[in-house]
Order: sequence, then structure tokens, then C-alpha cells
Amino acid sequence: MAAETHPGTPEPNHARRFTALWVISSLIATPLVIFLLGPSLPPGNGSEQASGHVTDNTVLLAMATPVLLLVVIYLIYASIFFRQPKGGVLEGPAVRGDSRIQTAWVVITSVLVLSLAAYGTVRLLADNGAGSGSGPKPLTVPKGPKLPVQVIAQQWAFTYRYPTYGGVETTHLELPDNEMVELHVTSIDVIHSFWAYKLGVKADANPGVDNIAFVKPTHEQSFEVRCSELCGIWHGYMFDKGYVVSPAAFETWIHEQQTKFAPATKVLPPYSNTYSPEPTRRAE
Amino acid sequence: MSTTAAAASTPQPIGRPLWRKLIGFNLLTAVILGVGGYYLGWFIGHQISGKSFEFQTATDEHDVALLLAYFFGVVGFLIGLGFANYPVSRLLGKPASLREKEEQGIGRYFGLCTDHKVVGIQYLVGIGLFFFIGGLNAMLIRTELLHPVPTFVGPNQYLSLVGMHGTMMMGMMTSGILGPFANYFVPIMIGARRMAFPRIEALTFWLLMAAGFILVSTIFFGGFPTGWTGYEPLNDQAVMGMDSYICFFALVGLSMCLLGLNMMATIITMRAPGLTWSRLPIFVWSVFATSVLMVLAAPMLIATLLMAALDRTISTSFFLAGGGGSSYLFENLFWFFGHPEVYILALPGFGIVLELLPVFTRKPLWGYRLAVSGMLGVSLLSFFVWQHHLFVSGINADLRPFYMLSTEIISVPTGFIFLCFMGTMWKSRTSFTVPMLFCVAWAFNFLLGGLSGVFLSDSPSDTDTHGSFFVMAHFHYTIMGGLIFTFFAGIYYWVPKMTGLRFNERLSKIHFWSMFVAFNSTFLPLFALGMEGMPRRVSTYSPSLQALNVWVSISAFVLGLSMLVFLVNAVYSLIFVRLRAESNPWRSKSLEWQVPTPVPVNNFEQIPVFDSDPYDYGTPLTVGGAPATAGA
Repeated sequence: MAAETHPGTPEPNHARRFTALWVISSLIATPLVIFLLGPSLPPGNGSEQASGHVTDNTVLLAMATPVLLLVVIYLIYASIFFRQPKGGVLEGPAVRGDSRIQTAWVVITSVLVLSLAAYGTVRLLADNGAGSGSGPKPLTVPKGPKLPVQVIAQQWAFTYRYPTYGGVETTHLELPDNEMVELHVTSIDVIHSFWAYKLGVKADANPGVDNIAFVKPTHEQSFEVRCSELCGIWHGYMFDKGYVVSPAAFETWIHEQQTKFAPATKVLPPYSNTYSPEPTRRAE
Repeated sequence: MSTTAAAASTPQPIGRPLWRKLIGFNLLTAVILGVGGYYLGWFIGHQISGKSFEFQTATDEHDVALLLAYFFGVVGFLIGLGFANYPVSRLLGKPASLREKEEQGIGRYFGLCTDHKVVGIQYLVGIGLFFFIGGLNAMLIRTELLHPVPTFVGPNQYLSLVGMHGTMMMGMMTSGILGPFANYFVPIMIGARRMAFPRIEALTFWLLMAAGFILVSTIFFGGFPTGWTGYEPLNDQAVMGMDSYICFFALVGLSMCLLGLNMMATIITMRAPGLTWSRLPIFVWSVFATSVLMVLAAPMLIATLLMAALDRTISTSFFLAGGGGSSYLFENLFWFFGHPEVYILALPGFGIVLELLPVFTRKPLWGYRLAVSGMLGVSLLSFFVWQHHLFVSGINADLRPFYMLSTEIISVPTGFIFLCFMGTMWKSRTSFTVPMLFCVAWAFNFLLGGLSGVFLSDSPSDTDTHGSFFVMAHFHYTIMGGLIFTFFAGIYYWVPKMTGLRFNERLSKIHFWSMFVAFNSTFLPLFALGMEGMPRRVSTYSPSLQALNVWVSISAFVLGLSMLVFLVNAVYSLIFVRLRAESNPWRSKSLEWQVPTPVPVNNFEQIPVFDSDPYDYGTPLTVGGAPATAGA
């Protein structure tokens, strides 16, 4: 953007005015976004992973704010100051580019984007997949003891299997507070997706695939589990309630379930990473 | 083609009786042969897949019948229109007939016509029709979502509506800008008399129309439950309506691929003397970049759908885990087409915006080369990002950092377009006419679309937003805010050239403002809804989200009404009032505004010679040694 003013008309220094507007509003808005909006961003603090997502969302929003302001303020500025007078036939300056600005733009956007990708990668690996389905062999696995829980999706319900408790299968999910849980998500018919919004967990359930996600709840709560991949006509009804309870309450509950479902557990196939999918024959 | 000018001037036989006109290769014959072919295919299908076939292959016999019915129906339709005449007469050793281009009058628009200007208008009306059907589906979806539990339609109808809306928009609107505007204006802009393959050009349009009706016909076969992505194994499980989806998308893919090939061939080989690559109008560049994507991505779609059709009919198991296949395979193949597809929708919009800006800002395009590299960069990179749709699926989970990187890098070339936009507007003399308003709206919408995309490309935060309303809001901002807004910019800018008539200014402005406000009021809250945990494609949601949903629905109805304003405007201005447009109302220096209106059949008496690009606006700077042309 050449610094010369349009010949014949004395114009203010638009470049300086616009830059000042942008810098000042960014300096005001970005801290507001970080400190005011950030803590209230979803999905809340239901688990370590969910809290991590709040941080990620805050960082991304903080990076996006100056970019948003740059273009929006520009559009408003240009609409006010760079108008054709009514009925006028004025021409603008015949400037076809500016190599310094173009180079600077390329460099700055590239640096911004690379740092975003680096940040995302670090967060993904440091948080062991950040609550997302990481496939049968996750690249990073949290240290320490983990409670394996299998999520078996089918049309149109989830069942949960606890292999360390005799492979008992329950109809709703209960998790002990403050323990790392290793979710093994699989399906026996079509693709589903296990989404516990408040825990910041989402993992697709593919037939014949063991999709592992890690989550560590941080306080006792109830949460909703929803299917988030279109799986047929009752997809919208595929939800249930899960609970995070104290480890002691969890032990009591799971032993109750073991006794209650003992006759059913006997006829279940032995625990495995996947089960043979049911044939998807149409019922006609 | 040099003989066509003479042929066009031969007088037409006048005074044939009406019944005689109806016999021959025309739309009526096409419909009759199409319906006939449909029933023939249905019959053959049932002959080869009777009860014993069903028993052996555990499939639904009607699938074979319906797919064959569609196939024969489309072939019959095309033969009826006259698409077989040329190849058959050449095979028989007869001279090639150019009859398709001779006809004059309104009849041309209802049949096979090889005049690229006729095809452009056919596309505009045809695609507009299906755009309104798709929009109507959206209105019904939003009516259902007024309540947190289903009240208006059942779950099956709801999914069919969602699927129809998505598939209609993603399928038909792929040619939303290339169909009408590129077909009409690319040959004129590059100084050519026609497209490289005029018959193929006509074929792409009629294939698309056949496809559109096939998709609508799904409601007679139970609809389809998969949405526009058609994921397996749900696809395999679905009833016959799924075959309509498969057939529709395969035909759209074919049409897209041929359209892309035709555009590429035209732009590469038929530019007028002096029109070097660095003088090519930026819109033509965007069409070129889009065509590359179409040609490379569409065959993948056709192959994938063929595999899905085989799974459904003859019990192969490409995608069925029970038979050794993989549902991942479909997701992979689909998105390898599907991600370039969304750039097929977005790129022509970039082209329209940058093409219109110089005209309305009275400045040359700022950073021409940057804009071109931005478009080509987007088009190249779009093939390397598809697995970001599968971040939580567990497939190649270790490659997520790569796809995160490639996805975020694509915002660099997209940023070029924004820089060129801002550079062109800098110190300009902008007239905020209706097309210009749509361009400015594009900048705002696409910016929000792009910035929300960052949350989706970041794998950790995608865990929350994947498959939620957030994604839905994101791609409506990029596709509706990017493609549909520029589509209307194109309509308001170019239709005065295409028809010689002008729009009512007041109604156009009402259309713009109501559409812009209602659009943002509809889709901004969807980001919040998605972040609050509302999944896509459900008709049941948490009652706590009802207030926002009602707000969105009402805004969506206003958005629908704004489309009606456009329709009223178009009918009122172009059919009833018919005020003649000035020959160059925007004072554009682009070539299409220099030819007479209506454009002669062969566009130019003499092929023009170019000595510059079409952006020769503005007063040159007089200050000595100013860096005025640096980087240009």
C-alpha cells in the first residue's frame, strides 16, 4: 500500500490511522477474550481433558481475535473512507501491488499457522489424544493405572463393559472420580460416535475397530452421553446419562452390577477388543 | 466452426404445424424415452434378480431393478434430447451435423443446445430451481427444530429432509457458479467463439437435471437416512431411497468431471492472441483452479459410489466389516473427494469477488499474482487435508499432526485472497452497488467461516466440535456465505448482460440486507449451539437449548423470505417491467461488457487481440519513482 496520497485531494494518513485503530482495539479485545470469555468457554471442567479443551479454545480464540478485528475494522474503515461520491466517476490510484506488504503477509500468516499447528500437536500428544478417539494403538499412553471400559455401540444404544470386573456389561456408564479411564469404543453394526460432552470425550465407534480414548474425570457429576455420528432413524434418541462417582461408590455399584447381571454375563461372548458385527441385512 | 455463422443465418422453416414440431429430438421425446427407459430397466432388473437371487445374495431385489431403471431412464432421456445423433451419424460415416446451434427463439432453452450462452442460462434457471427445493427442505428442518422433541415430521422423514437438503446443495451447487457464469462468460472473456467441447457442455447440464430429478424421486422410495456423506455401513442397510442418492451423486460426479475437463481444455487451448496466462481475468483463473479439482476429485466419488452400489446389489463387501471390508475405506474415499469438493464450491466465489472488486473500486486488481497463487495453492493443498474429517474416528490417529498442519496451512493461500481484497479496496473509490455489497458480505462471512475452521482443524479442540452444530455453522459460513453470496453477486452483476434487462434497485437492496442480516442471525447462534453440545442431524435435543433453536428457526424463515424477495425481484424486473439495462452499467473494462447485448451467436466478428489484463482502472501515480507497480 503505497504511502503516496491520491493526487489532487489532501487525504489523512490512512495507513497510520487504520493501524492505530486495529492495534488499540486488538490490545483491548484480546485480553477481554482471554480473561473474561475464556473461563466460561465450553466444555467446562468435567475432566482434565475438558479443562484442556477450554484452554485450547481460549488460545485459538485469542489468536483469532486480532485477525477478525483486522478484516472487520478494515471493511468498516474502507466503507466509510474509500467511497465513490454519489454519482461520481472518480478513479482510484492505479496501484497493482506492493512486494513488501505481500512478503510480510506471507511470512506472518505462515508463522502464525505453523505455530498453531505446533501448539495443536504438542497439546494432542501431551494430553494423550486430548479425549479424542486415537485408534487401536495410541501413540502416547498416560502413565499409571488405568480403568479399561469398553463402549459397545449399536443401533440405538450404548452398552458398557468392564473387563477388569469379570466382563460385566451395563446399560449406563459409571466412572470413578479422579481415575484415568481407558475407553475402548467399538460398534457392532454401523458407525456411531461416543460423545460425553461434559467430559470432553469423543470417539467414533466403527464396526471391527477398537478406538481408544483416555479421560480422567475431575469431580463427581452426572453427564450426558450422545451419539454424534448419524446412525439411522433413531440417532437423535441415542443418548443416556452417565455418572462420575467416588471410587468407593463405584466399587459398590460395580459389584452390584456383577451380581445383578451374572446370568447375562455368562452368555455374553468373552471380552475382546471387537465383536463380530451383526449382518446389516435390511428388515423388509 | 467457421461454417456455423453461415448456417445460423439460413432461414428456419416457418409455419410447421404444432404436432410436427413435437416429433423429433426435444424435451418431450426425452421425457417419454426417459420414462420408458425407467420401466424397461425396472423390468430387466426384476428379471435378473428374482426371488432366488435375493435368497443367494442376501440383498434387496429392488435395488438392482431401481439402479437399472435409473440407468436406462437417463440413457433414454439423453437419446431423446438428441445426444446420440452426433456419435451415431459419425459412426455411420455421415457428416457431422451442427443443427443443435441453428435454432433460434425460446425453444433453444428447452433442449440440447451447444451455444455456451444458452447453456449458461439453462444452468442458471435449472440450478436455481433445485436451489430453491433444497432451501425449502431447510425451512422444513428448521420448523421441526422449533421443538426439542419431534412434533412436525417423524424421524425417518426428518433424516430424509436433512439428507435431501445436504445432498441437493452439495451436489447441484457444485456447478452453481461454473455452470451459469463460467459457461457463459469464460469463452467471451478469453476471446473464444465457443467452448472446446460444445456438446459435452450441453451434456453436463442435462446430466445435472436428470440427477436432480433422481434425487427428488428418493421420496417415493423411502428416502435415505445417511445425510449427504452416505457413510457405510448405514448406506448398505438403508432402503431403496439410498439408490437414488448413489445414482444422483454419480451423475453429478460425471457432470462435474466433464465440466471441469471442458473448462480446462477451453482455457488452455482457446485463448485469443495476446491473452497470456498473466493477463487472464482472475475469474478465469479461479474457474481453472476449480476445474482441476473437479477433474481429479469427481472420479473418486464415482468409483466410491460404484463400490457402494455393488455392496448393495451383488453383496460384495468393500465396506462391510462382517465380510472383511472396512467402514473406514468409505470414509477415506468419500472425503478424498469430499474435501476438494468444498473448495470446488468456494474457489469460484474467490474468483467472482476479485473479478468484481476492480470494477467497483475503480482500481486495478491488487496483487494479481498473489491471488493466482492463492487459488492454485488452495486447489493443490485441498487434496492433502481430507483426514481432518476423521480426527476422532481412530483411523491413522498418529497422522493427525500432519493433517492438522496441512489443514491450517491452507489458510495461508486463502489469506492471499483476503490480502488482495483489502489491497484492492485500499484508497479506492468504491461504489457500494448491490454486487459490491455481496462481495463485502463475502469477506465478512468467509472470514468467520475460516476462523471457525481453525477450531475444527485443531485436533484437540475438534474433539468437542466434531459432528456438532459448530461444524454445521462453519460450513454454512464458508459455503452459503462464500458460494451463495458470490452467486448472487454474479447474478446482479452479470444478468443485465445475459438478459439485457436490469433489476429493480430497491428490491435488490432489500434482498441483500435481509439476506445478510438473516444469514448471520441464523448461523452465528449455531456456533454457540454446537459448543453447548448439540449434535448435527438430530430432531431431539436438550430442552435447555430450545430458546436458541427457536431464534435460529425464526431467522432461518426470514432468510427464506429474503430468497422470496429475490424471486419476486427477478420475476418483476425480468418478466414484467423489463427495463433495458445500459450496455455497460458498471463501466467495466472486461471484455464481456464490450460485446453487444444480446451477445451474437459467435460472440465476436473478429477474434480480439489482447495487450493487457482487464484491470486497467485508476489514475496512474505521477510521483516520480513511486513503488507503484512493485510486485504486480
